[in-house]
Amino acid sequence: MSSPNSLPAGPAGKEVRRWTRFTPAERVGRSLVYLAAVIAIIWSVKTIEVIPEFLYDAPAQTLDLFARMWPFDWAFWPKVVDGLIETLHTATLGTILSIILAVPIALLAARNITRSVALNSIAHVLLVSSRSVNSLIWALLFVAIFGPGALAGTLAIAFRSIGFVGKLLAEAIEEAQKGPIEALTAAGAPPFAILTKGYWPQVEPSFWSVALFRWDINVRESAVLGLVGAGGIGVALDAAINNLYWDQAGLVLATIFAVIVATEIVTSSIRSRIIQ
Amino acid sequence: MNMQPDAAAAADRSLVIRNLTKEYRAGQPVLKGISVTIEGRGVTAIIGPSGTGKSTLIRCINRLVDPTAGEILFQGSDLAKLSGVELRQARRRIGMVFQEYNLVERLSVIENLLCGRLGYVPWWRTLTRRFPDEDVAHAFELLDAVGLGDFATRRADALSGGQRQRVGIARAIMQNPDVILADEPTSSLDPKTSVEIMEILDRLAGERGIPVVVNIHNVDLAKRFASRIIGMARGTIAFDGPPDALTEAHLIDIYGGEGWLE
Repeated sequence: MSSPNSLPAGPAGKEVRRWTRFTPAERVGRSLVYLAAVIAIIWSVKTIEVIPEFLYDAPAQTLDLFARMWPFDWAFWPKVVDGLIETLHTATLGTILSIILAVPIALLAARNITRSVALNSIAHVLLVSSRSVNSLIWALLFVAIFGPGALAGTLAIAFRSIGFVGKLLAEAIEEAQKGPIEALTAAGAPPFAILTKGYWPQVEPSFWSVALFRWDINVRESAVLGLVGAGGIGVALDAAINNLYWDQAGLVLATIFAVIVATEIVTSSIRSRIIQ
Repeated sequence: MNMQPDAAAAADRSLVIRNLTKEYRAGQPVLKGISVTIEGRGVTAIIGPSGTGKSTLIRCINRLVDPTAGEILFQGSDLAKLSGVELRQARRRIGMVFQEYNLVERLSVIENLLCGRLGYVPWWRTLTRRFPDEDVAHAFELLDAVGLGDFATRRADALSGGQRQRVGIARAIMQNPDVILADEPTSSLDPKTSVEIMEILDRLAGERGIPVVVNIHNVDLAKRFASRIIGMARGTIAFDGPPDALTEAHLIDIYGGEGWLE
């Protein structure tokens, strides 16, 4: 990949110019990186401690599991539907709440709106803390505070999403073109009008795109929150697995899969329509 | 917002710049103590090579750039010292036309014009797009005047460069300004459209007795439309006079070299 390309020797007395992609030092450095990568892979495989007996009968176990899931236990369907509706509500309310909380933080984080390094940093710390905690951990926290149920799930979804929505929104705001902002400033527009008439039209496509994408993710995330007691279809899944009713668990998993495919179709069609 | 008669307004519409200095980096002035009085009528063209501070001068007037030192006297106040609400109120009286038009691309043409009223209309009314009827009527009149009557509900990003600049000019007029600043309004346009844009700017401002200060690269356009030409070079004023008085010697002094004049 880095062979020296030498030009044919030129007329007598003219120096032949050579070109190589990397300097010798860079080539040594790159070889070291490759070596380190190989060592890291070998080390990690040793660390995960594969148990040969379990590995050998894994195909049989998998087939057995699927066999026990089919046919689905349709008597369980009403509970699945209840859980599903709760999951969708959790995802939707959580997304709306996260947007309400993320917009002010995004405005604080955007350096072209808030010209204070201290406030920018505080906002970024808030965004990073929201994102660095998994929604299951947020859910455990809120279940401890508010007790089990969809309220804890909604808050978990909201707090996990603030970082995602806020970060992408802040970036969209920072990428807004300065020209129109300058024009409105020059016309004597007050700061709020500059936000709504200068920035908002520019940020709007990203805003809806981020909101839809996050809702899509949140439907998936809220489906598993029931495993820690935060409501939704996950509660039904948890109960089925604990009771070893694999025909019920299979029904729940198939439903979750269908819902995820449906939200994917819905969000992508809305996105292509409203975002121009 | 009261419209004064043109004759009386002329005195109000003049700009007095004294010892204006701007340093983006300390010790490296772009503007070196500019002093000039711009009367409240007609088109004043500022010519000069790129990087000589024409744009900085114009942007200091409405404080898109903060001057380092000096005074800009306009309607009884020193623009260089204003801030907050006072600065915003002063800016309402100063229209601006930009090289890159600076329209809000995703808004309709009519709403871009109404953006010129943002300094006057309370923000909660602009939020719900309830602009006063007389502003909307004025916007439609101006659209007709710049030949874009059929484009009111088109989005700004669907227009050509020349059409966008007409919207830019109409937006500036919407402010009912007492002076219009134009920063290279024709530099992104082809020669024919450039002339049309200057004609529209000259006509609309002339009808309303609004003085225009325009930065322009094209010396011929400057001579054709301006009643006064200010030549800037090296951060100072190298020529100031009527177009007829601008000689080749002046142009060589302003731009340097002479091969380009052939």
